[in-house]
Amino acid sequence: MERAKGKKLFMEGNIAVGEGAIAAGANFYAGYPITPSSEIAQHASINLPKVGGVYVQMEDEIGSIAAIIGASMAGIKAYTATSGPGLSLMNESIGLACMVEAPCVIIDVQRVGPSTGLATKPAQGDFLQIRWGTHGDHAIIALAPASVQECFDLTIKAFNFAERYRTPVFVLTDGMIGKMQETIFIPENEEIEIENRKLATCNPEDFKSYEFGEDLVPAFASYGDARISRANGSGHGLDGYPDNSPENYSILVQRLVNKIENHKEEICLYKTYYCEDAEILIIAYGCSARSGMAAAELARSEGKKVGVLQLQTLWPFPDYLIEKYSEKVKKIVVPELSLGQLILEIKKYVKHIPVVGVNKVNGLPLTPQEIIREI
Amino acid sequence: MIKKTGEIFLKKELLPHFWCIGCGNGIVLGCIIRAMEESGLSKENTVVVTGIGCWGKADDYLTTHTFHGTHGRALAIATGIKFANPSLDVIALVGDGDGATIGGNHLIHAARRNTDIAVIMSNNNNYGMTGGQYSGTTPFGMITSTSRYGHMEDEFDISELVKTSGAGYVAKGTVANPVQLQRLIEKALQKKNGFRFVEAINICPTHYGRNNKLGNAPQMIEELRKNSINLKIANNMKEEELKGKIVVGEYVNKEVDGFVKRYKEIQRKASA
Repeated sequence: MERAKGKKLFMEGNIAVGEGAIAAGANFYAGYPITPSSEIAQHASINLPKVGGVYVQMEDEIGSIAAIIGASMAGIKAYTATSGPGLSLMNESIGLACMVEAPCVIIDVQRVGPSTGLATKPAQGDFLQIRWGTHGDHAIIALAPASVQECFDLTIKAFNFAERYRTPVFVLTDGMIGKMQETIFIPENEEIEIENRKLATCNPEDFKSYEFGEDLVPAFASYGDARISRANGSGHGLDGYPDNSPENYSILVQRLVNKIENHKEEICLYKTYYCEDAEILIIAYGCSARSGMAAAELARSEGKKVGVLQLQTLWPFPDYLIEKYSEKVKKIVVPELSLGQLILEIKKYVKHIPVVGVNKVNGLPLTPQEIIREI
Repeated sequence: MIKKTGEIFLKKELLPHFWCIGCGNGIVLGCIIRAMEESGLSKENTVVVTGIGCWGKADDYLTTHTFHGTHGRALAIATGIKFANPSLDVIALVGDGDGATIGGNHLIHAARRNTDIAVIMSNNNNYGMTGGQYSGTTPFGMITSTSRYGHMEDEFDISELVKTSGAGYVAKGTVANPVQLQRLIEKALQKKNGFRFVEAINICPTHYGRNNKLGNAPQMIEELRKNSINLKIANNMKEEELKGKIVVGEYVNKEVDGFVKRYKEIQRKASA
């Protein structure tokens, strides 16, 4: 087998996210510093100007999300990074990004809440906030790396999905994944698969900002183009001008949901470990997937048939994967650094066997032994 | 000399506009589109960003690129647009609620940063869209739907605030003098560097006017005209003489390095 061209590096998760963003073609970062995500901002401030990009430190997270949405509608790839408290401030305009269909990437390096909580410690308490933090019905995409390598790979994926579906995409890491250092392989640029949003090609006078085809994703025209682009966070028709009629609005919201939910199987990424003969299945993401893998190995050494389903895509929720992998096992264990958010979603789809959680909210990661106790 | 009408920027099929009878927003919008044409702007190269509120509906009547965003965030959205593509002419339209109250933090920081955009604030001293509640520019003692006993807080002088924050261009006009207001907007549009801010003192006969028994729209406009004093004259007047007066004119007109120019230098240093 031919070895892929590239380089091996020893790197921190937050930096790998930043490298992934630049490899994906990102050109704009707006953010507000917050632990444990700040290395992503620092990386952007140093590296974006080298590639002709822009770093701007905004006055708050509300301004940061608004600025990346604006930059995106001006035709470039934009991202921001934050943690729970900052994400809480961004929520209103995440709905704006959904509504105006601005491709952008939001990295949430989770820490312990509520409120300021334990600012430097990892948690997984934003699982539902990234799904439902903004008001109103909408769909969202969220990817969760469990290693430094995945911080790089899934950030590129996040930009690709954002561009393909014209939607905000979350990269959900945590204080442990973001701050730990591992060896990663960074391929040469030409080896990296990059997607760009579909551009409008019609005559300027025929262009409508929100006219869509079979894939439900409108073709994009950038500000400055002869095709006049109208982004509108209020009820709008295909041309972007206001349309508050009941008929139009239900079509609009349904399309925003369907353009993502219809492509669930393309978006849902995952990994399995020892699942072929597993009798007990651990389902987890991020840092708790790492604890889960260590637990499975320990259990296997004691002769217990334990497997792991690592969810790399959290939203849209991979319900069909949960159903498929729960068919043959006798029990499901869900370790997470919250009092039980992922487990709520899993319980919706698994009724025939016990589903038990392993939960912790004290700022420490889960140990393999704590998981094994529930096996 | 043939005067420009600004019609190329007006989406005429959407008229009449939805603003109340007597509202000054139409006057401000007229000044803006004429100033845009006088300044040689094109609809392809111009992005108008609005927030939420009565004035936030202004983009509905324009033929340029537009972004109708969230309440208070027009300046942050405009920041992203301008820095992503510095060759664009980016104009943000904000009200006193949008720009001076919920979005006040973005306003002072965009001015400090000298973000290279033009901002036209329509200031009618209250929240019109939601029923005439008090805003950050409602003066002490005035009646609004949430200050029925008289407003207990003092108001911002927004133009002074933006000036202090470091903007390269700050001016104030009123809907009682559209000729002057248009000229001030033209200057803001023609000056391409730095943060440019024009405050248009407006009237809201439906809420603010009725609540405070200020008469009908023509009477309110006449009152604005009578109370306006040019900055050059005001400079020689005492503070007590200026009480209740609207000081119009250019507060600042200086050359500044905008963010775009300074960031080009950062890009050069980073690449060296």
